[in-house]
Amino acid sequence: MKARVTVTLKTGVLDPQGKAIEGALRSLGVEGIASVRQGKVFDIEIDAADPAHAEAMLKAASEKLLANLVVENYRVEIL
Amino acid sequence: MKAAVLLFPGLNREGDAMRALEQASGHKPTLVWHAEHELPAGTDLVLVPGGFSYGDYLRCGAIAGRANIMDAVRAHAARGGLVVGICNGFQILCESGLLPGVLMRNRDLRFICKMQHLKVERADTPFTTAYQKGQIIKVAIAHGEGNYEADEETIRRLEGDGRVAFRYCDAQGQVGGAANPNGSTNDIAGIYSENLNVLGLMPHPENLIDPLVGGTDGRGLFDSVARFSAAA
Repeated sequence: MKARVTVTLKTGVLDPQGKAIEGALRSLGVEGIASVRQGKVFDIEIDAADPAHAEAMLKAASEKLLANLVVENYRVEIL
Repeated sequence: MKAAVLLFPGLNREGDAMRALEQASGHKPTLVWHAEHELPAGTDLVLVPGGFSYGDYLRCGAIAGRANIMDAVRAHAARGGLVVGICNGFQILCESGLLPGVLMRNRDLRFICKMQHLKVERADTPFTTAYQKGQIIKVAIAHGEGNYEADEETIRRLEGDGRVAFRYCDAQGQVGGAANPNGSTNDIAGIYSENLNVLGLMPHPENLIDPLVGGTDGRGLFDSVARFSAAA
């Protein structure tokens, strides 16, 4: 089974990397960008066959390690 | 003083930290590998040094913060034992839950390596009795992620309970503005735990213990913990 965990910065947390990318896109002439926030994507292969079990396991993994809940949110998708 | 210095793959300041501790206390610290489950018996102080544990992968300090030895460090802190994390060590303490908040990317995205003045916020904790309250000290900073952030409630609590240990300032002691190198909330350079027995700071006092290399303003921290442990 394949899954994807997406980790993003919470609203209001300053993201200097996103700001720099936003500036770079503007200077490249890419039009219509209002703002950029940078996050992380984890593509994960899991042994479990039961999607509900896999989701619970990945939620635990996200809270234990993949995301820092002080500043980040996470989303688990079973693909 | 019995001090334990933790070692994770990728740290590089453990030698400086051990030299500073030995200079202050007269005792050689023990180097403790991260996969260990226990600290040496009778440990007074745990020091988590700086560097780039696990190459700063995922987030600075995230992987080290969950290592085996951190359970023993949490138990040591819960017993009232002293813990200090410097630079990456501060990031590791935040990731391990021993200190609140998180160290984010520097405001200007640059790795900053320079001398920096700090204001000692209080001189009545185990880490600062060798300083004066409000004293301005000059130490080194070297980090890419030193921008301290926490939710408003946490910041309010840290400020209200006197848990800010050091603030960035200029040579005259003026806090804020251009003296803040990394965008850190309220110019915070270091914070204490609720019981004041855990300290995390971004600057490197362990590099300023010898006049030969630029000053001795960092000695106070190590002298303070040695004094505290001798009296205990």
